[in-house]
Amino acid sequence: MIIINLIGILMLGGTAAWIGSRFHPHAARSISLVSVSLAFLLILGYLANNLSTIGVTSPGAWLEEVRFSWIPAFGISVHFAMDGLSLVMILLTLFLGVLSVLVSWKEITDRKGFYYFNLLWILAGIIGVFTALDLFLFYFFWEIMLIPMYFLIGIWGHEKRVYAAYKFFIYTQASGLLMFLAILSLYFIHGRNTGIYSFDYTDLLGTQFDPKTGLLLMGGFLMAFSVKLPVVPLHNWLPDAHTQAPTAGSLILAGLLLKTGAYGIIRFAIPLFPQAAHTFAPAGMILGAIGIIYGAKLAFSQTDLKRLVAYTSVSHMGFVMLGVFAFNQLAYQGVVMQMVTHGISTGALFILVGFMYERAHTRDINSFGGLWATVPKLASMMLIFALASLGLPGLGNFIAEFLVLSGSFQANMIITAIASIGLVLGTVYSLRIFQRVFQGPKNKEWNFSDLSWREVIIIGSLVMVILWLGLYPQPVMDAVKPVITAVLGNL
Amino acid sequence: MMRYLWLVPVMPLLGFLVLAFFGRNLRKSIITLIGTGTVGLSALLVILIGIEFLTSPPAGNAFTLKLWTWMSSGGLSPSIAFYLDGLSLAFIFVVTFVGFLIHVYSSEYMRDDEGFARFLAFMNLFVSAMLILVLADNLALMYLGWEGVGLCSFLLIGFWYKESANAAAARKAFIVTRVGDTAMALGLFLLITEFNTLDIRSILETAPAHWTPGSAKVVWIAFLLLGGAVGKSAQLPLQTWLPDAMAGPSPVSALIHAATMVTAGVYLIARNHVVFELAPIAMKTVAIVGASTLLIAGFAAVVQYDIKRVLAYSTISQIGYMFLALGVGAWSAGIFHFMIHAFFKALLFLGAGAVIHALHHEQNIFKMGGLRKEMPVIFWTFLAGSGALAALPLVTAGFYSKDAILWYSWSSEKGSLFLWAAAFLGAFITSIYTFRMVFITFWGKMKTHIHLRPGRAMLIPLVVLAVLSIIGGFLETPHNLGHITLFSGMLSGVLPEVHILHSGAESTELILQVLTALTGFFGIYLAWHFWMKKPGFLFRLKQTRAGAALHHWWLTGWGFDWVYDLLIIRPFTWLSNINKNDIVDYISIAPSNLVVWLHNLTRRSQNGNLRWYAAGIALGLIITLTIALFL
Amino acid sequence: MMEQIPVEQSLLLAALLFGIGLVGVLIRKNMILMMMSVEIMLNAAGMAFIIAGSRWAQPDGQVMFIFILTMAAAEVAVGLALILKLFHLQKSIDADEMTQMNDITEASESN
Repeated sequence: MIIINLIGILMLGGTAAWIGSRFHPHAARSISLVSVSLAFLLILGYLANNLSTIGVTSPGAWLEEVRFSWIPAFGISVHFAMDGLSLVMILLTLFLGVLSVLVSWKEITDRKGFYYFNLLWILAGIIGVFTALDLFLFYFFWEIMLIPMYFLIGIWGHEKRVYAAYKFFIYTQASGLLMFLAILSLYFIHGRNTGIYSFDYTDLLGTQFDPKTGLLLMGGFLMAFSVKLPVVPLHNWLPDAHTQAPTAGSLILAGLLLKTGAYGIIRFAIPLFPQAAHTFAPAGMILGAIGIIYGAKLAFSQTDLKRLVAYTSVSHMGFVMLGVFAFNQLAYQGVVMQMVTHGISTGALFILVGFMYERAHTRDINSFGGLWATVPKLASMMLIFALASLGLPGLGNFIAEFLVLSGSFQANMIITAIASIGLVLGTVYSLRIFQRVFQGPKNKEWNFSDLSWREVIIIGSLVMVILWLGLYPQPVMDAVKPVITAVLGNL
Repeated sequence: MMRYLWLVPVMPLLGFLVLAFFGRNLRKSIITLIGTGTVGLSALLVILIGIEFLTSPPAGNAFTLKLWTWMSSGGLSPSIAFYLDGLSLAFIFVVTFVGFLIHVYSSEYMRDDEGFARFLAFMNLFVSAMLILVLADNLALMYLGWEGVGLCSFLLIGFWYKESANAAAARKAFIVTRVGDTAMALGLFLLITEFNTLDIRSILETAPAHWTPGSAKVVWIAFLLLGGAVGKSAQLPLQTWLPDAMAGPSPVSALIHAATMVTAGVYLIARNHVVFELAPIAMKTVAIVGASTLLIAGFAAVVQYDIKRVLAYSTISQIGYMFLALGVGAWSAGIFHFMIHAFFKALLFLGAGAVIHALHHEQNIFKMGGLRKEMPVIFWTFLAGSGALAALPLVTAGFYSKDAILWYSWSSEKGSLFLWAAAFLGAFITSIYTFRMVFITFWGKMKTHIHLRPGRAMLIPLVVLAVLSIIGGFLETPHNLGHITLFSGMLSGVLPEVHILHSGAESTELILQVLTALTGFFGIYLAWHFWMKKPGFLFRLKQTRAGAALHHWWLTGWGFDWVYDLLIIRPFTWLSNINKNDIVDYISIAPSNLVVWLHNLTRRSQNGNLRWYAAGIALGLIITLTIALFL
Repeated sequence: MMEQIPVEQSLLLAALLFGIGLVGVLIRKNMILMMMSVEIMLNAAGMAFIIAGSRWAQPDGQVMFIFILTMAAAEVAVGLALILKLFHLQKSIDADEMTQMNDITEASESN
């Protein structure tokens, strides 16, 4: 029931915020903060109550499951379920969700009601994606998170927002349709094989195909997930969308939407088509390595701070692709860690860049310089997350990269060795962010104020989490362990 | 006492946290107290732990303190755990003790800097990370310390961040060492693949049974670890960052780029000595890397103007000696030289810092001169350090540590005449460039006015280190000179004994010692002759074409920077500039352009004329019907 | 019993009517006349339905004709209203003058 409650709270909260904004200008943000926090507290409460069972469930078992029929004629049901992986992702979603409301607090001044409505519906859609087990329902939520995001970028974005919103929409929608096609084919093939026409994930698991069909159908799923992840060469929507979106939009895009791609691969693409996945694995790992290096190289070339951070996401998500197709425990643990820590660290970088933009009204890296003494708090926070993004041990991203690489190394040494060049390139671009903005001579006498209390709370909480994940990641790893065992067991 | 081992790295870490959060609002005296006090407490704790360790050794001559499991997955479960044995004890002693002295020195040296709190905070963080590095129970945690010290090095080299050059030097140091670190990380992955553990002891225990000596895997691992070591320790071919790293304040150079961090590579190799012994070719490479580095850096040091760059090249060269020792299997000799080098090189950097401070940030030795009478304490301590660096026989510690390396490079079964000759030549050059620096700086005429004189907080560490540079050598003396083996005795349980090939060659050893001593003095004489007595000869030499070219070549550190710039940096920046807008974007640009093109092609037909449209419909109808009927 | 007219001939008549209507739409500029021509075409289609209905002895053809008749009436009502409105605005019912919705004069809005 908790899943329905979470989605319900967010959807109702969003609608209430829209309506509320008609009566009071600040009602929208308060209502959304309350409802997102409520959802976050709810899941924290759930976590506290079930701490002992998470991580010791048998592989493949669900922590929580709801199921009732929706369109029985076509075998469509409302089927939500949550295991360790979903739980971790929901926690991340709601944590970043609270922060995204907080960062919008002052940034958004125009059409607030509709803004918060979109924000909360995206979150609801994401939670739906992380929990839906009926493929039809999954696709439904996949779209729900897409359309409000389109509005978010298109209405509240920066100077090239319409172009970015279109690009984002077309990429995601076109690839999503391919996935829908694959879902339908899967539905019919399974129906013809067994006589049971059902969209349910648990029914569809273990469907037999001839290898070619399997590869084709997995391609459909993978297309949608690779665009979201993104995998080079399908990444081009990302720099535009991330750059043009408002801060909260970038935070959610980088922190959460990309993770739905990774989640989709782990939850659907690989378990549904194990044979095809094995065939595709070397190509997948190569794509991952290419993504790591190419993304890093492009990040280094950018002069727009937000665009730079956006390309670092491409590089970091390469690790996910690399690890997912390595098919071993270490790599999968690393992939999940990468999903969480990248959400935190890149989200934080976007927030910090957003703070800078609010102060300077420019994102051009060359217009800054020597600002360390001016804004020491902002600078040290930026330093911490730049270091996280280059994979400094002690911060969460290191655990992720270390596990992914050590896992994928066992699967393929040469590709991994090439991919690890990304560690050096990561240093190059991360240092560039920090040094160009905060070191060197001052280009211009900026009159900045340092972080306010609200901003310190936002960033401080992210610092705490990234440190915790860097020094004691075991709880997360334990929570997803049964899931990983189950996924790998089916291969 | 050993239960409190965890406090050793945690104390400086606490210092860092306090200074980082509240440093801006504290008074300078409090900042000093926190910054130096935490390291001092750590040093005290290390001494107490060391006494207990040496007097009542724990079982197995090693002590492990596990704090918590870091990450556990698929059988691999590195912990946050500290491991104390003779080797790590030697390192933590040097790190905390020398570190404490340098902190005391910096409390005066950096006092007037606006970033005083930030400086001490980073220094504390460095000490903490370095302690984690050497105390780590497994290679993953060691990697944490390894990267942590790299970070602090970055932050401290670029401490005066408003200068672009300093920021660039900091970046260079981080990125170049990161190249080595990546090699090391790959080595760790290979170790995980082989053993599914990163626990150092279990690797060392199972390795001999797991591999036959010289098998491909172990050679790969040894080479990859060596990659990490040469990066951090500034050995060939990754030595280029260290001379530039002198952009940091002098105490930073003393602590990080002389005494501790740069020797982490030595520690890494010594820690994994079993792996290296199973890979003879890697051992040989270590020795060759050490020998060639010590020569190349020595020659480069002879022509430098900047006092800190002289010392930087000398550090590279001295670490080359340590690598040479490790490569020939003289493990404890390498570690002994590490300790002695930490004393005298920290001393030299601090002394140089005092001179620079006094002369108002003048670093060019040719603009110094005549400081012998003006700054006697600095002069005598600097002379003690220089003597140790040049390995003046019998009275300096450097003699004992370097003599052991020279002797083993010839006599060890892995040694050879070539290695000895390189080390011997290196010793000769060392004495030339060391005393060139001493003569030019302290003799002759004064060229720059003294701006302020060092106070007690700067002088006391100098004196302590000078004393250690003299007497430190008596912990370990050669066979024919007392044969004291206190230091190698401490390491005997950890590191294997060196295998002597030329056994019983007592007379040879004596001949070599005398030879080395004589060349040392000869080098000093040459330095006096060429730079003090008859400077005209070198000046004329520099006027010739070949002389100028050679001078420039050595001055720029044998042109490695130029090569890297040409081969790596330029292609990379070129590629980034040309592809800034991401060529892959044409995947989305191309279809949209196609649509626009088609639109432009067909828009003529949309002329707004109703009858034209109707005609179009009719035409379409006719065509459809025709097709339906006749095809 | 009346003699049956052959289906071919009646269909030919329908096609002829349709052709007349089509040509009328294409060559007339007066919109009222164009609409009349459209009516002719509709009636031609309706006639074809009736012919087909009588040929197969099914009522569907006539049903469809009534349907078309109703639709035609509605269409005329709306169409005439629109033409009237257009005349008020443009003082003309010449179809060739109403070309404001073309895409030739405006610059391309690509990119």
